[in-house]
This record gives sequence, C-alpha cells and structure tokens, in this order.
Amino acid sequence: MSLNRHVFILNVHLINICDNEPCLQTVQPNEVDMSSPLMYGTPSSRIEGTPRSGVRGTPARQRPDLGSVRKAPQVDLQSEPSAADGGAASEANAGQRLVIWGTDVNVGICKEKFQRFLQRFIDPTSNEDENSGLDLNEPLYMQKLEEISVVGDPVLNVNCLHVQSFDAELYRQLISYPQEVIPTFDMAVNELFFERFPDSILEFQIQVRPYNALKTRNMRSLNPEDIDQLITISGMVIRTSQLIPEMQEAFFQCQVCAYSTRVEVDRGRIAEPAVCRNCNTTHGLTLVHNRSVFSDKQMIKVQESPEDMPAGQTPHTTVVYAHNDLVDKVQPGDRVNITGVYRAVPMRVNPRQSNVKAVYKTHIDAIHFRKTDEKRLHGVNEEAEQKLFTEDRVQTLKELAGKPDVYERLSSALAPSIYEHEDIKKGILLQLFGGTRKDFSQTGRGHFRADVNILLCGDPGTSKSQLLQYVYNLVPRGQYTSGKGSSAVGLTAYVMKDPETRQVVLQTGALVLSDNGICCIDEFDKMSDNTRSVLHEVMEQQTLSIAKAGIICQLNARTAVLAAANPVESQWNPKKTTIENIQLPHTLLSRFDLIFLMLDPQDEAYDRRLAHHLVSLYYQSEEQMEEEFLDMAVLRDYIAYARTYISPRLSEEASQTLIEAYVDMRKIGSGRGMVSAYPRQLESLIRLAEAHAKVRFSEKVENIDVEEAKRLHREALKQSATDPRTGFVDISILTTGMSLTARKRKEEVAQALKKMIQAKGKTPAMKYQQLLDDLRGQSETAITKELFDEALRALADEDYLTVTGKTVRLLA
Amino acid sequence: MPSTHDWIDSPLVVIEDMFAASQNSPNSGWEAKAVEFFKERLKEKDAHTWVPSLNDVPLHYLKPNSLVKFRCLIQDMFDPEFYMGVYETVDSSTKAKTLRCGKYKDVTECGVDFSSTNTVTAERQTFYCVPIPGENSWVKDSFAASSQARVIPSTSYVPSRQKRSYEEDEEMDDMDAQPQKQREPQSAGPQSPSEHLGNNDSKRLETEAPSGSTVSSSHINLNFPLPGEKGPSCLVKVYENWDCFKLNDTLEVYGILSVSPALSALADEKEASSGVLDPTESMETAEEQRVHSPPASLVPRLHMLYAAPLQHNNPLLPVISSADDSAFLSSSLGEMASVRAELLSYFTHVLLGDALSAEYLILHLISTVYSRRDVLPLGKFTLNLSGCPTVSSYTERLYQIIQQLVPSSYYLGMSLQNMNHMQLVPKKDYVANRLVSGALQLAKNTSLFLDETKLEQGQLDTTGVRNVTALGNLISWQKVDYDFSYHQMEFPCNINVLIVSEARSLLPSDCQVHVHSQVVPSDMEEYLGSIHIHSQAFSQLNKLRIYLSVARLLDYSISEELTKAVEDDFVDMRKDDPQSISAEDLHRLLVVARLLSLSLGQTSLSRDMWLRAKDLEAQRTSRMEQHTCVNGNEP
Repeated sequence: MSLNRHVFILNVHLINICDNEPCLQTVQPNEVDMSSPLMYGTPSSRIEGTPRSGVRGTPARQRPDLGSVRKAPQVDLQSEPSAADGGAASEANAGQRLVIWGTDVNVGICKEKFQRFLQRFIDPTSNEDENSGLDLNEPLYMQKLEEISVVGDPVLNVNCLHVQSFDAELYRQLISYPQEVIPTFDMAVNELFFERFPDSILEFQIQVRPYNALKTRNMRSLNPEDIDQLITISGMVIRTSQLIPEMQEAFFQCQVCAYSTRVEVDRGRIAEPAVCRNCNTTHGLTLVHNRSVFSDKQMIKVQESPEDMPAGQTPHTTVVYAHNDLVDKVQPGDRVNITGVYRAVPMRVNPRQSNVKAVYKTHIDAIHFRKTDEKRLHGVNEEAEQKLFTEDRVQTLKELAGKPDVYERLSSALAPSIYEHEDIKKGILLQLFGGTRKDFSQTGRGHFRADVNILLCGDPGTSKSQLLQYVYNLVPRGQYTSGKGSSAVGLTAYVMKDPETRQVVLQTGALVLSDNGICCIDEFDKMSDNTRSVLHEVMEQQTLSIAKAGIICQLNARTAVLAAANPVESQWNPKKTTIENIQLPHTLLSRFDLIFLMLDPQDEAYDRRLAHHLVSLYYQSEEQMEEEFLDMAVLRDYIAYARTYISPRLSEEASQTLIEAYVDMRKIGSGRGMVSAYPRQLESLIRLAEAHAKVRFSEKVENIDVEEAKRLHREALKQSATDPRTGFVDISILTTGMSLTARKRKEEVAQALKKMIQAKGKTPAMKYQQLLDDLRGQSETAITKELFDEALRALADEDYLTVTGKTVRLLA
Repeated sequence: MPSTHDWIDSPLVVIEDMFAASQNSPNSGWEAKAVEFFKERLKEKDAHTWVPSLNDVPLHYLKPNSLVKFRCLIQDMFDPEFYMGVYETVDSSTKAKTLRCGKYKDVTECGVDFSSTNTVTAERQTFYCVPIPGENSWVKDSFAASSQARVIPSTSYVPSRQKRSYEEDEEMDDMDAQPQKQREPQSAGPQSPSEHLGNNDSKRLETEAPSGSTVSSSHINLNFPLPGEKGPSCLVKVYENWDCFKLNDTLEVYGILSVSPALSALADEKEASSGVLDPTESMETAEEQRVHSPPASLVPRLHMLYAAPLQHNNPLLPVISSADDSAFLSSSLGEMASVRAELLSYFTHVLLGDALSAEYLILHLISTVYSRRDVLPLGKFTLNLSGCPTVSSYTERLYQIIQQLVPSSYYLGMSLQNMNHMQLVPKKDYVANRLVSGALQLAKNTSLFLDETKLEQGQLDTTGVRNVTALGNLISWQKVDYDFSYHQMEFPCNINVLIVSEARSLLPSDCQVHVHSQVVPSDMEEYLGSIHIHSQAFSQLNKLRIYLSVARLLDYSISEELTKAVEDDFVDMRKDDPQSISAEDLHRLLVVARLLSLSLGQTSLSRDMWLRAKDLEAQRTSRMEQHTCVNGNEP
C-alpha cells in the first residue's frame, strides 16, 4: 500500500512540471523521475490517510489544515481493524501494537486516552472566558460536547495545557505528530459524541482544534526542529490575502460517453485519469469546474509583536494559511495567538534543471486562532495578555517585595538619570501600579477610575520630558504624544479608508492605544482647547465616545495620564496660582490626582548633590551604575506582576484612617470659611493607598499605605494649591480656578463700587471710563480693569445696573 | 604566495575538504574550525588587503564563489530561512551516494536525494546590506588604493556588447585593460571628485542588469538610505550568532560571493508560468519576490564567513578591533595638540575669522554618544551655528570642507520641498515585506549637515511636520522611531547633527554659537572665493582626518579630586547667582570639558581644562546675550 502511494505521488509531480495548465495531465506511471525534488516535503511531512470515523450519516469534512486527505479507500473500522489507519504499518500484526508509520502513535490507545480525557477532565480553577457558564466541577469537555449538540457548531477547542496536565504522554504525541494525532482525536470525539447524542445532526463531523501548545511562544525561536510539530506563536496580523479557492475534489467527464468520475486532490495536485473507465477512450476526460469541490484558503502574514523583539532588530514575519471557516477570522492589525502545524517545503529554482535552491519555504497551517486583544473591546476586567513569569522570577520579585524599603528602592530605580524629585518619582511609581478596579455598575455608578493621573508643571528644562520619556519606555503599553503635535482625532480615533480592503475602518489614537497603560502627554499647555476637551471624558469616565462617519461607539480608554506643562510666562511665577501659571481649565486640573511642581529649589546642599549626581552620571562606568540601581527589566516585571496578580482591598482600620483624613481636610478649610477637600480628593487618596499596597505586594490596604497616600497628596497640594497671596493651601484654586481670597477681593470691589455709585446720587447713566477712574481714586489698592469689569458684572447680576457699550446705566 | 591565494579564490574547496574530513570523525566541530581557519588567515599581515572588496571592484570582475569582503551597513533583516545543511546526492549512472555540504551555497548540486535520512536542515539569517551611506569619496578612494587584490576578469563574464553604444564600449575597454588597478588614477588625487567613476558605476549597473536577467533594473529599487547613492547592495547570509548583529551596524563582511544565475532565473520562470497556482509560490507577492530574490547580477549574495564590526570607517586608521590597538591611539596622543592648532586656524579661516565658532566646530566633530543612561544619550553635542552668511552658497562650501574631513556625511538642505517630500524616517512596506529606507537611517558617527538657510516661506504638510519632529527627536534623544505602520519602533542612533542657520534654529540643539564674522561684507565674495578645499596640502589633510577620528575613539575619565572640584564650582556659581547656571548648563559644561580634553589628547579632565571649558562657555553665552539684544531692536 505504501509503495503504491509512493509511485502515485511521483506521477502527480510529473504532471505539474510538464505542463502549465494547472494540475491536469495524463498520468504515465512509467515516467517516474526519481531525481525530481518536487514531491518530497521535508522528511517527515508524509501523507497519511485520515482515519475514517466509524460514524455514518454525518459527512466528514476535509481538514486541509492538517494537509491530510480523506482518501477514497474507505477503511471500515469494524471489518478491517488491522488497517484502521491509512498509514498503519502492516508488518506489525498484533493489533494492539500497531503504530502509525514513522511515529510512536498507536491509534487505538491514543483514541482511548483522548476519550478518557474528554470524559474525565475537570479544571475547577479554570478562569478562561471560553469556559464561562460551564460548571467547573463537571467534566469540562463533555459540557462542551453538549454545547455542540445544541448549537450545532462542530468544532471542539481543546486547551493543550489541559491535555498535558491530564496525560503528559498524550500531550507529547499531540505536539510531535499533530498530523496523525489530531485526526485520531477527531475520530475519538465523534464516536463519543454520536454515542451520547445519536440524534443530533451536524453539518459535518466534529473537528478538534487544539490550542495553547507550549512548544513555542515566540516567532523568533522557531527553528528547524519545530517543523511538522504543533506550535503556538503570538504575533500581529499585518496582511491577509484574498480568498483562494483550493480544489479539493475534481469532477471529470468523458467527452465521448459522458461518464463522470471524481478525483480527490492530493497535496495541491490532481491526477487526471488518462483513460475513461467506461469506454476506454484515452485522453477523453475534461474537467468540469463548477461541479468540482473547492475549499477556502487564505494567506495571512503575521509579524512578531513589538514586545517580543530584542532591541535593534527588525521584526520577523511568518506566513500562515487559514482554511475553511478560519478564513477571514482575523484582520490586519489584530494581535493573535496562532496554533498550527509548522511546515517547510523546498523551493526550486527551475523545474527543468534539477538544481534546487537549497532553501525551504516555511509556513504555518493554522488550526486555531485566538485574538489576544479581543477582550479589550468588551471591557472585561482582566489584563488582556497575562505575562508569564518563571518561578525564579516570581521568587526574586517576592523577595524584593519583602524588603522593608521596597518603596524607596523602586522609586529611586525610576529614571535614575533624573536627580532628586523624590516625591514626584514616588507619585509616578504609584501611577505605574495604579489602584484596584472596582465595578459599581450594579448600583448605577459604573466603573470607578483606578488609574492615577499626574500633572507635572514647572520651569522649562527641569527634565519633565525626560521623565515622560522614561515612563513611556518603561511600560509595555505606553504612548507618548506632544500637545503641540497632536490633534483631538490623533488622541481619540479617526475614520479612514483602509488602503488594502477599501473598507472604512476606525483608527484608534493615542488614548485608546494606551488602554491599560500610560499616556504621556508632553507640552500639555500647548494643546488646543478642542483637543483638551476630549480628555475630560477619558480622565474621569475612562471611555471615549465616538460618533463619526456612521460609526458610533464607545471605546475603553482606561489609561493613566501623565502630563507635563510649562508655565505660560515660560518661567514659573511664584506670585501666581497654579491655574494662572499654566492657564489650564480647572475642570481638567481637578481630574489630576497629583499635581507636582518641578521647580529649581535654590539651596546649597541640593546644588551639591545635584552636581555630584550629574558628574557621576557622566563619568561612572556602566557596571557601577548597574550595581546602584535596579535593573529596568526587574522593575518592569515587578510592576507587571503587581498589576496582574495583586488587587488590594481596604482594611477596616485603613478605611477609618481614610475617613479621618478626609474629615480633617474638610476641617482645615472650614475654619477659614472655605472648602478644602472634595469627594474627588477622597477617591484620589484611596487610589494612592491601594497603589502603595500593590507596591508592597499586599492584598490589604493598611494604615501605612494611607499614611503615605496622605503624605504624597499633601505634598502635591502644598506645591500646587498654595494661594500665593495668603500662603495657605486652598483646594478651590484647583477646583474652581480661583482662590478664596481672590473671590473675596472681587466682592469687596463690587461693594465699593456700589457704594460709590449710590453716593453719587441720581445719575442714571455714567461713563465707563470715568467710573473706573473714580473708583481708582477712591480705593487704596490698585484696581485693574479686569477687576473692575468683574465688579460691574457682579452688580449687573444683582440687577443693579447694566452696561451698554461705554455707558453704565442704573436700573430701578 | 600563490598557495595563500587558494583560500581566496576558492574557499569552498577548503570548506568542502574540511567537511569531508569531518565525516569520519563525528562531532568534530568542523564548522567552527572552518571559520577559525579563515579568521587565522585574515589575521596574517596584510592578508585582508588581498581580498577583493565589493565596494571598489565591479561585480563582473569578481570570480563567483571566491572570497570577497564588503564594507556595509545592515539596512534590513529578512526572515530566517531553512536550508539543507547537509544533503545526499545520487549519481544517476553509478547510483553512488555522496554526502554534500550545503552551507555557504545557494544552490545544490544535481541529483539530490530528498528522501535521504541524512539530510540536515539548518537555519540561516539574511541581512540586506548597503554600502555605508554618505561615505565620502576620499574614503572610498583610499580604501580602493590600499587594496592589493589581484582581480582578473572572471572568465564567465561575457560582456553583451551589442547592447552598448560605441562610446561606452571604449570606456569599458579601458577598464578591461587594467582591471586590477582600475581606480589608481583617481586615487592619486583624492581631491578630484569621483564624478567620472560615479558615471561609470551607474552605467555598469544599468547595462548589466539586462545581461543578467530579463527583469529590467528600473523595477528594482536598491533601497539606499540616501538619494543618489551608488554601489552594490548585497544579501548577506549569516550562519551563526546573528543575534549579535543589529540594524544599522557597520560591518566588514568576509564571505563567499554567490552570483549564480539560477537565483535570478526564478523571477524569469515566474513570468513564464505566472498562471500556475503553486502553493509554494503564491506565498509571496510579485513585489516581495522582487525584493527578496533580486537578480544576483544586481544584488549578489554573500555567504558570511566572518564579519568584523567597524568602529570607524576611516581608511587612514588601522582597524580598531580590540585592546591591542590602543597602542596606536596612545602613540598619536602627543601630536594631537599641534594638529588641533592647525585645524583651529583652518576652521577660523573658514568660519570668517571667528575663533570661538571654530573651537566649537572641532568639539562638535569629535563628539559621539558614548553611553546611554536610561533614555538619556550621553556625549552628544549638536551644534547650531547661527548667523551664517547666506551669500554665495557659503553653507555649501562649509559642507564641502567638512566632507573632506569626516569619513561619512550627508547634506540636507531644509527647503520646503525637501521637508515635505523626502522620506526621512524608514518605513516598513508590508507588501514587499521590507524596510524602505529613509535619510535618517545612517551609520554611527555620520555627520548630518542641516542647512536651515535654505528655509523658505510656506506650509509644512503632514509629511513635513513628521520629518521635522523626527529631526527633533534625533537631536534630543539620538533615536529614530521607525514607522512599522501598526506601531513604531525606536532605534537608537549616533549621528552628529550640525545645524547652520541665520537666526536661532527651529530645531533644538545642545549648543548654539553665533558666528561673528570678522570679514567686511563687501569683501565677502572674494573671501569666500579664497576658501578652497584644496587650500590644504594632501598630507596635511590626512593628518586632520586621522586627528578627528582618533579623538573620537579615545577613552576618558575624571578623577575623584576633580569631581569634587567641579561640584564645588557648581555650588559656588549657584550661590552667587542661582539663575546663572542650571542643571542643563552643567550637563553641557561637562560635555564641553570632556570634548575639549579629548581634542587636546588628554584622556582625563584637568583643572586647567575645566577652567578653559568654563571660559569657552562664558564667551559663548555672553555672545548670545549680545546677540539677543541686537535682535530685540530689530522688528
């Protein structure tokens, strides 16, 4: 049997090289060109007839993804047990020891094992979204089979990790011989299925799609050993081809006697029957295209994801073929995990010569796609991609977390080239960790923001941009934009025509791209008002609503904003408030949890330390620096680990402290007749305390966390919300844009003006300029035109007077 | 001598011998031994000069499968490919089986037995390499002149004469007559621009392509980073340690040349049978085919045996590969001060009698990014020479002078046309699956000369804004964000940017110097006319070239004691007037002190140098203040 197949293959090969008409020519069994390279794949890519399931009634569907062909010889399992598989070696006669040629797979045992797996596998800790709604204490895959019988979608996705934990030997076979093992699985699952649900009708027999093979994770690590094995790689789709119809079965008709015959495709080639079996006419058969059977195929180019790449190299790409219903499952730009069989085919130079360009073309036949960024659109709270940590790494991280000064250590490891600004670094560190996500959608409040927003403002040249650059380089999903160069659409999303597909697609901007990350915005003050206004929604609700070009949607933008702004007068004016200095709307400012001033502290000790820092920066050797600071990679892993696995909750004690702190903050102000804290500040405190607990890898927010949050919050307030006129911290500067003293002053001027007008007696109309001059003459303090206008407006609001052009009229 | 040339003329024989010998003793590690053999040979005195270089010998004079070298930059990295490392052939008559080695070859021999169990599949990586962008003609000429390779026109080369015009034919004959030293006449006087040669090269490229295959060369974009570049590009096949190479590395590759026509026949075949839906062929688009398997006559394949990363591409310096060459560096230290004085007076003359600007120009030319602290590149020194006269193409003259002194440089006039239409940032083309190069894909220590006097009124479009942003990023962070369409990728670089402008540049810079012309405007024309590139004697010029390259390679340190002194100094300055010096000023001061010391051949900071650096900075800032005052009065 195997010999026959051999000859057959060679014949088909001949066909192709002799003729440009695709695939069709007479087979002349004697003209076997032994030297021809064409039909041999890599050594192990053999053709195996797929085991035929014993289930009748439901048609089997070809699996082009496995390169296997359900070929004509119908092997009946019952009547011919020894030849259960097309490739089974016949020399082994003891039925139980039969293995598929070239492998150590025994069909019977393999089938049995897999059925046992399906019937017994339970994973109570499973948290995959595929398994939502299933009873985790019941056999998982039996429930899935039940689902298939209800839904009628004959695809069974099997997590390879489950197979591995159930039976390591079976897993090894699956990885090493997917071409043989998967059809066996198919067979097993169909038997089981139709035994259980004898009445169900499926479109075709169930196909098993394994995923999550641990063999390979990274495209870069693919090597010749992986050929013909089951692998899983992650990457980004960059191109998809059009649909390629691939002939699966050709229909031939004899031109003489109209006798028809069907020939199945064998590895992309079809052997045209030379002689009509009915009338013995030679070369009388023609292909009838529209009665032939085609299957869908699509070429997909996948590129390594940027995170997997070593620095300084370009990303690799791999070709993937999708078949049948996997066609058009993915779009360019999708991040996917692909499970499939890695293949290699030798390239040829010239079919007429037998020289071969000694290179294999490689591709992957996809069996399973899993989009990794799918969940981001649905707003599931988990991190989309779970970073895998090795045991060792986790151990190191935990060790680090156990140190009492971990917070200080981490904050000093942050941007070591930037000197001092300890509190700012601590603030940014807490931002990197973020608070705990809470969901109050049940009670109508929706999601609570867990991300900490930070604004840095200060003199130019105080390395604000450098800090931003550092953060952007540190976090995996960071975006860096400059307020000067970005527009509202650049930050949110815009609609464009895809040059490839000609479809209208939504291109997401920086804020959406940094979902679950940090969006660094430099030159925040130079942003146009229009652009800034989109930030209102993002910074509190953490969504982006879009309504353009017929696309109306709400995208998640759970991003922390780290912004830097320069003062309007290019130098920070200590006599003015923050708002006056940076000219940003207070509505936006109040959305920042922490606002830091980066000013040049002018004191000698600081200068000395700064100078020492800078000089050593320039002249220390690389190794010395390494010793002093934590590695950036460790820091990155530490943050990723904490973000993924730690979600601290407030302890009773801590919440008491928080309440006290908040009440205290309100009290400070009430003594002077002003409000010094709003609920927003309380939320900020909670977030900061949670982040601090995360830094310690603690599942509980404790008092020390709250204390640090309070301290940091106070520090930031002290810097940014101090009223330069009184020297007090006044939160209303940030929340209403005007300090209390300024408001008082306004009222005083209005009253003075009113008194003056009343003193003038019966003059229904006055000149604007004269009034201003009079008031200036009366008042001891300087009265600016703005102040005067404000006073007039206040009086107009009281319906005391109106201003028309240059005259002021009294009402009543 | 002849025997030593065997390994140059037919290296594959050496490799095959080793392979055959290894068959009797498995695990002999013959591959490592083979590489070692060639490395050893090349170490011998002058041995590397016997190897012909693809940079200066036309491709058709090189023997296929001979050892050649190529001085290049890695422009793109293609996907790794699997090839038959070992395969078995069957003699069709005797049926005898032989094991063959597929390494360092593109094409297998006849009669491959594909079902053999002895076949070993191995992996190799392909790099697309181009000659170092912006390499100046004096470098090329000097390298060519030092070559001792005996190049004999390959016998397989048959010029397709009928396609050439009579005139060109003569030229070709000219070259045929004396191929081995074809560049000598030019190299005698490196001052003469290589116009003539350049022409020849381009004609060769154009006329050769049709002889190699039917694909016309106009379809093939060789993807050079800079417009108007000439020279062969090459597909370098790397067999080991490809992870240690990075994009934009400059290398000298020693490898086996492969120009088998079979490689380009692929494209030929494709044309003829494009109807066939072969699964293996439909994987690539036509563009991809064209890019990844261009005709070998145009883009030869080079199978790398050994590659030396280049620290510099100055032909006048020995190749600095390890510590043992530091002897050369230290030997030249003594002379440096005197050469510097010469260079200073020359630059002072060029910069219209302004000695301060000349000082800074020297510092700029020897600056290099020597290290990075997280995102901060250390040692960069972008100079903005403002106040350049706009008359009679002064800036172009200035560039020509710099061009004569540095190994590689590029002039970018910042005209509206250029900014709006040039592609500065490399971009990934997913259709052809390659990185389309841009002008900012430059080798390290390339001098980028930005001419802002070419600015004109008008509006920058999207490309223009992106280009200006890219230039700004390059200057501030020494990195270029390559455009991968779905994301950007950051590649660090080390490019010396010199900006010449009338007023303060619109781009950021580390240091701005306003040129104070000592020349009365009326004499300007005449004065400029007298600035000749030839004003320096040839040997003199070489001295300056060596000086600039050496100063860049020196190590530098600062003693404990001086660290302390610098700190004290800083604190004192801040005490008197906190506004006078900021952290940024200290950054700059430290760089200036470093460069100043190095420029005088001192490898550690001395108090004297520190004071001089401070003095220089003070002069510069006082001039800046003056200048802003002057500017304030103007509208």
